[in-house]
Amino acid sequence: MSQSRYVESLEILMKVALFIPCYVDQFYPEVGMATASVLEHFGVRAEFPTAQTCCGQPMANSGCMDEAKPLAKKFVDVFDGFDYIVAPSGSCVSMVRNHYDHLCDPEDQRAATVRRRTLELSEFLTQVLNVGAVTGRFAHKVGLHQSCHGLRELRLGPSSEVMSPRANYVQNLLADFDGIQFSVLSRPDECCGFGGTFAVAEEAVSCMMGDDRVNDHVNAGTEVMTAGDMSCLMHLDGIIRRRKIPMRVMHFAEIMAEAIEAKTPGL
Amino acid sequence: MSHPALARDFIANRERTQWHDKALWFVREKRDRMASSVPEWELLRETASAIKQHTLSLLPDYLEQFESNAAKLGVVVHWAADAHEHNEIVLGILQQRNVRRLVKSKSMLTEECHLNPYLEQHGIEVVDTDLGERIVQLRKETPSHIVLPAIHIKKEEVGECFHEHLGTKKGASDPKYLAEAARHHLRERFCRADAGLTGVNFAIAETGGIVICTNEGNADLGVSLPKLHIACMGFEKLIPRAADLGVFLRLLARSATGQPITTYSSHFHGPPAGCELHIVIVDNGRTEIFRNPEFRRSLNCIRCGACMNTCPVYRRSGGHSYEATVPGPIGSILTPIQTPEKHSSLPFACTLCGSCTDVCPVKIDLHHQLFAMREVLDGKRLIGASKKLSMKLVSGVLSRTWLYNLLGTAARLSLRWLPRFLIYNPLNAWGRQRELPLAPKKTFRQQFAERQQKDDKR
Repeated sequence: MSQSRYVESLEILMKVALFIPCYVDQFYPEVGMATASVLEHFGVRAEFPTAQTCCGQPMANSGCMDEAKPLAKKFVDVFDGFDYIVAPSGSCVSMVRNHYDHLCDPEDQRAATVRRRTLELSEFLTQVLNVGAVTGRFAHKVGLHQSCHGLRELRLGPSSEVMSPRANYVQNLLADFDGIQFSVLSRPDECCGFGGTFAVAEEAVSCMMGDDRVNDHVNAGTEVMTAGDMSCLMHLDGIIRRRKIPMRVMHFAEIMAEAIEAKTPGL
Repeated sequence: MSHPALARDFIANRERTQWHDKALWFVREKRDRMASSVPEWELLRETASAIKQHTLSLLPDYLEQFESNAAKLGVVVHWAADAHEHNEIVLGILQQRNVRRLVKSKSMLTEECHLNPYLEQHGIEVVDTDLGERIVQLRKETPSHIVLPAIHIKKEEVGECFHEHLGTKKGASDPKYLAEAARHHLRERFCRADAGLTGVNFAIAETGGIVICTNEGNADLGVSLPKLHIACMGFEKLIPRAADLGVFLRLLARSATGQPITTYSSHFHGPPAGCELHIVIVDNGRTEIFRNPEFRRSLNCIRCGACMNTCPVYRRSGGHSYEATVPGPIGSILTPIQTPEKHSSLPFACTLCGSCTDVCPVKIDLHHQLFAMREVLDGKRLIGASKKLSMKLVSGVLSRTWLYNLLGTAARLSLRWLPRFLIYNPLNAWGRQRELPLAPKKTFRQQFAERQQKDDKR
């Protein structure tokens, strides 16, 4: 995909930074590339500030706020001055938006601005760019794994516990692709069991949770499992590959990039 | 033992763990159906939370109001600072009246205070009359769930237990038959009891009355036959007005078991003529929680157990893996506040998925409190030296972009080139049941920079 014809106009309107989580940078570069491509398709040519590393979530989730603080400060320094900071991860975005108030100097206006402007990809596409139905082709049965932090911290979809209706951002973005079908799961939004250091510290529970999620998708006939967070998918894919199950995992940005490219090559 | 070790033992019996998980998920689904049938469900949660927060903000006033109104109804109100005082007060009341046999309905507070063993040491026969609690008591265990105390026990095991203690047929596991046997057994205990002890679900400041919710009616029977009723409650059971009760009764049973309401919601406004009603109000660490703004909201809890039913970790590790009177998400907050050394692994027995927060009928921000509790434990140096050291190291690396790039490359190279047996070594907990991600040749930042260069040339 090359840049769209809207690029120049939108580039003037907003300065967007890509926030690519550290483990995505190292292990899933294709997810970052797909994120950039999808944004470009909708007319946003994002920059990648190269000084970025990690939002500090592993430390904060371990209770180590003193160790998380320098990373929060670094994050604010790196992303200060952008209109939007967009990441293909609900979990890392939630860390910035919901926990940086505790990690940064409350007087620091820059931190408050950076927090407010940090958005998850489906959130940015839906809320800022007002992307509705997307044209594309993806003829597979897709199983949507609702990553918890996107779902219950950022409210990117309806959680089964809460009785008020809510739009499902990722599903809506994928829903109009030609040939796509969605799996109906018996437990639509149960946690996969990754949980950061939980995956290792509580290995037995973590893997059983992952197994149960994978089995639910197998029973529902999922061909491609997708999610808003590669961390969930890294854990689930680890189980899928160990058990040699014929199922692929793809970040929803990858599905979008592939679907859009399939329908309108080289747009 | 810590939670991970006990959870691993529980999961070792995979079939049983799956059964446990499914049994609780079934309750969670019933709850969903019930909650969705109430159009104003979310408003009810909001209202209940606001009422509890309001009550806590004026707690001393409401406690005094309750005491004086209860006293006007002829109730004797006792105050206990801790578990020991609570137990002494109850024993004192029983001994003064020569009580030898006590029947109890479910009270997590008396579990918290370890009342049963205390009374038994002093020669008093204590019979738990809630069916699940009786099963647990006969097996000399503790409840594994606050609403479903015997959820970890299969019906075949109940059959064995009843065969041994109640003389039912060997090998019998028909729930109806076993429940009938328990009914006869308990009826006899009810009839010969000298006193009845209950918990309290709601205490109403405005009236001085208390409300007790059960499905088996055992609280009513237990306190109606004897002339002495002792009701024990933590001070957080207070609500201001009788009019507030409807909000909580609508939420409680739906959240707990997926019923529209408990079979019995019994109101006690003072003792009947010729009888005595004593209410023991217990602190036992609650003031400490009350004083802490970060965790105060946990005193909203109405002990419905919905956070346990929904918790994916609880369902797969069992209540006993928490080694706490109250297990699951809410227990992982309440317990480490009091005993951080012994229970330091509990706030980490959580993926921070947030399902508990969304299911909670009184809107306790459970997973945020669990997150905050981890920081408290770090402050007390209780997160483990190796974890702390690794977090320091990782933070040092991630603070320096060049070092992050360097070590990232090293990690990917070793994943690509090291032989499998070295990577999947016995110390690699990730790799026991899972593959590691495949390491790509180039990072995102390399690929993105290359693409930009190409674009610039164009």
